[in-house]
Formats: sequence, C-alpha cells, structure tokens
Amino acid sequence: MNRVTLEKKILSENDRIAGDLRNRLAESGTLCVNLISSPGSGKTTLLERTLDRLPRNYRVAVLTGDIQTENDANRLKRFGFPVKQITTGGTCHLDARMVERNLTDWTLDHLDFLFIENVGNLVCPASYDLGEAAKVVLLSVSEGEDKPLKYPAIFFKSELVIITKTDLLPYVPFNLVAAEENTRRVHPGSEIMRLSCINDDGVEGWLDWLQKRKSAKVELSYRT
Amino acid sequence: MHEIGIAEAILEAVKTETRQRPGWVPRKAAVRIGELAAVNPDTLRFGFEALTRETELESLQLEIEVAPRRHLCSRCNLQYHVLEFDLRCPQCGQESTRCVGGEELEIAYLEMEAYEPSNA
Repeated sequence: MNRVTLEKKILSENDRIAGDLRNRLAESGTLCVNLISSPGSGKTTLLERTLDRLPRNYRVAVLTGDIQTENDANRLKRFGFPVKQITTGGTCHLDARMVERNLTDWTLDHLDFLFIENVGNLVCPASYDLGEAAKVVLLSVSEGEDKPLKYPAIFFKSELVIITKTDLLPYVPFNLVAAEENTRRVHPGSEIMRLSCINDDGVEGWLDWLQKRKSAKVELSYRT
Repeated sequence: MHEIGIAEAILEAVKTETRQRPGWVPRKAAVRIGELAAVNPDTLRFGFEALTRETELESLQLEIEVAPRRHLCSRCNLQYHVLEFDLRCPQCGQESTRCVGGEELEIAYLEMEAYEPSNA
C-alpha cells in the first residue's frame, strides 16, 4: 500500500473560484456582503430597507438565493437596482460557482455594493466561501437565544451579527443579553447590532456599518 | 444537508489523483473535518457510501478524523482543545486567545495499491 499525502482542501475548487471573485471585487472596489440566516429571519426585508435607504449615489446589485421561486427577486426589483434570483433547485446553500455564473451580465467596476442573500440555512452556507468581504448573520428574536451555541460555525465565521425584529421583544421570551453573550462565547471578536425594520431602530447603524466597511475596503484595494 | 456535495468533492479529488497514477487503485481516502466546519461525519459517510455504491470506487474506504477546536494562548503559548465554548486558557486564565484549529475540511491522504489483474 502506498500512501499519497494530499493535504488539500476538500472544497478547493469552490475556494479557487471564490478567491478569483474576491480579487475581482477588490480590484473594482465593490464591497460584497454575504447575508446568512435561518429562513424567515428577515434577510429580504433588511435588503428592502437597505436598497431603499442607502444614499442614491451608490450603485448596488443583489443576488438572492432560494431553493424555488422568484419571489425575493420580485420584492427587491422594485427599488430599481439590478437583482438576480438564483434558484438552486434543492441545494441548501449558494456556492462560488453559482455566484460567478450569475455575475456575468454585470460589470463589477460599476458596482459599489454587491449583496448576496444566501439560502435560508444556518448550517451549510458556513462551508462555502463566496468571495465576499464579510459574512453577516441575522438572528431574529422569534428564534432562540441559544442559536449561536447550536450553530457555532456560522456565528464564528461572521464578522457582524444582526439581531432582527427587535420590535417583537415585548411579545416573545427572547433574552437579548443571553443571545449576545452566546454570540461572544462562540466568537469573541464579533460585532453585534440590534435592529428592527418595522420601527426602524438600528437601520441607520447598519447603513453606517456598510459605508464604513466600504471605505475600509476601498483603502485596502488601493494599497495592493 | 450539503454533505453529499462534500462527498462529491472528495470523490472528484480521488479520481483526479488516480488519473495521474496509472496502475494504482485507491483503497482509502482519509479526510479531516473540523468541529467548526459544519459537516456531520455520519451524514458525510452516508453520502459517500451512496455515491460509491455499485461504482468502481465501491471498495474505497473513507476515514474521517474529527479535528477539535484548538486555541493558542497569547500569554503562555499553550495550545488546547476548547470544550463547551470556554475559550479561556486552562493554564493561565488568559482571555485573549486565537483559534488555530477546528475549521478543517481537508483530504489528508490517499492510500493506493498497485493494480494486479486477477487470474480468474
């Protein structure tokens, strides 16, 4: 028996495509954000607010993933930005090739922000690099505050955790402090925001975060 | 349930490697899955067996090593396994530590055997 040492990443092909995408996005100065959450935590609603409220001088595009239907793309197209639905036909996450394939109609040089709304799932999207600058995970207050402990991988890999639907806090037994503690246990360096798209709390903070992150990203790509 | 996709990627790597080594047959693929990789070893094995059944790779064994979440202490340099999300250094109590393992999703090695045509 002959042992051949490989020491190779299993998803090396995905990672290669994601790496190419990351380079292209850095060159064009486009900030790419990968939004991840369980189904129904408010990714599409947050994107609706984002497209509506970001200063109009920004050029934005959205790729939105679901197993079936064009519903999310139809909701997001109303804001006049380019939006493309990726229907995975059963696959529970987006991978880098799907992103690459769906970007071909757009010129990245013309984009300031690229939002990728992943398939609603806290497990599988953690394994697939899409070439994004940041993963952002959403956790709604109608879920359990122990989600970070149950799904540590995605909370560990996300730069920002947004606790959504905070307008529901008076009606649900969600312990905000425990949710934040659980997040920090899994990922001490994560940034945490509280937000409601219904009463607008925290939306400004999110828009600021995006714009700051975008300028940081631009500086970074100038340096290289 | 993305373990099927992971199993496919492993088989793809095995096939690529085998094509480069004419006369050798793959017998075992050893993979390393980190605790933070969001991949369930049992589901991965199930997917792997489903994909290889009644194919030329049916006899290929899959060995899965689960890699623990390891942190490195910035004060005393101890490397330790993080249990129950307790990130503090067990030796000196330092809170500032860095994750150095647990995200692996890797093929470690492949065992191959020289092909011997059967006499039958």
